[in-house]
Amino acid sequence: MATYSTNEFKSGLKILMDGDPCTIVENEFVKPGKGQAFSRVKIRNLKTGRVLDKTFKSGESVEAADVMDTEMQYLYNDGEFWHFMVPDNFEQYAAGETAVADAMKWLKEQDTCVVTLWNNSPLSVAPPNFVELTITQCDPGIRGDTATGGTKPATLETGAVVKVPLFVNEGDVIRVDTRSGEYVSRA
Amino acid sequence: MTWAPAAALERLRQRARLLADIRAFFACRGVLEVETPYLSTAGATDPAIQSLSVPMGGGRRWLHSSPEFPMKRLLAAGSGDIYQIARVFRGEEAGRRHNPEFTLLEWYRVGFDHHALMAEVEALIRQVAGDRLAAPAQVLTYREAMLRHAGVDPFQAGEMELSRRARSLGLDVQGSLDRDGWLDLLMSMVVCEAFPANTLTLVHDYPASQAALARVRPGEPPLAERFEVYWGAMELANGFHELGDAAEQRRRFQADRDRRAQQGLSPVPLDERLIEALEAGLPDCAGVALGVDRLAMCLFGVETLRDVLAFDWERA
Repeated sequence: MATYSTNEFKSGLKILMDGDPCTIVENEFVKPGKGQAFSRVKIRNLKTGRVLDKTFKSGESVEAADVMDTEMQYLYNDGEFWHFMVPDNFEQYAAGETAVADAMKWLKEQDTCVVTLWNNSPLSVAPPNFVELTITQCDPGIRGDTATGGTKPATLETGAVVKVPLFVNEGDVIRVDTRSGEYVSRA
Repeated sequence: MTWAPAAALERLRQRARLLADIRAFFACRGVLEVETPYLSTAGATDPAIQSLSVPMGGGRRWLHSSPEFPMKRLLAAGSGDIYQIARVFRGEEAGRRHNPEFTLLEWYRVGFDHHALMAEVEALIRQVAGDRLAAPAQVLTYREAMLRHAGVDPFQAGEMELSRRARSLGLDVQGSLDRDGWLDLLMSMVVCEAFPANTLTLVHDYPASQAALARVRPGEPPLAERFEVYWGAMELANGFHELGDAAEQRRRFQADRDRRAQQGLSPVPLDERLIEALEAGLPDCAGVALGVDRLAMCLFGVETLRDVLAFDWERA
């Protein structure tokens, strides 16, 4: 079983804490000139998303978590699972609702996502930073109104609802930043 | 790019001025600048310091973690007041406020006790800091600092109470600590974090178990005549009313070596020449080591050591 010692700690390192896979967000070395050294870390639990503070005595070691980020193509949803495929080797993975979580409202078939695997099963899914989606429902556009800065809600093909400018129409394809959930432009 | 310096060139100019200011301070006070070997036949026995060594033709040599031992040999030989600005080396210490090699200013004043030297450290820092420091400095005993900011009496509380206190202060600790380990944890993560910004805090009279190379004043409890200087929460300097008793020094070296063995750390040869010098007679003196890079961080208002080093560990 692989382990990491505190002197190998750095942000991004994947470790097991209380049985859960976690990633080190921040690591600070703390040591009085005369006395005990510590690593003060912020870790994010990859299952729950919670961020915790931990203090390790220097020299302690912790079990490595077998966690890997892999680019995959989103295939389809069967009502229970979201199916992904690694383009290089056609391996398929099925992710449940907790793993897909907030990403579900941005997933469009064929788009490339980053799927985080833990012990070879999907732990979380990150959608592309930008997605292009068709508006399936919104109030009619106001022709020529590109300046007033007003917005209206629009429902997208994936079910996500975003605020769009008044001149945008049903049937338009728009570009959205999935990190903020904001409209970027017409595609 | 990896060839480029870590610090901005303007910071390096400021750093050069700081070194010149430090030398002028000591020239004014008649303190002699000295240089001592970086590679010695003995290392630091302190289990909390990892001495680095270099294989040489005639056997292993140890890179100094501070110039303390040879400087005390100079004092025993009658040098009088001395100072040194040296690069020192400590393995496994890297981070925002640590670099495995860094610049230490170390000085010794004959006839001073720790209180007289604390006043001189403050005078030096004020001289180079100008109006960046709020006046006046805060002076606390170790006990006052711990009581005030961590709510524990460091001379009464046992390991259980210290660990409970740490947990209640939100510190979730992985690994087992001894009593001094818990005290170090509270000091470096709670107590000094509460020190006022842009103010010097001087902490003195440490537990005898943390005497290092300071004399211990008998009493109930016995107190180590040791002090630390903080700028805000940043530890800048550590000083002692120096231990001159050769037999006691040998006992402490031996206790360090025993603790190293218990902790599975590699043995480090103790400095017999220092013991001989103490037997010959160290004048009553106080000494202090101050981290020059950290002082530069405080003076220049930067957040990482990297910002004041031409080439930090990653670029070395």
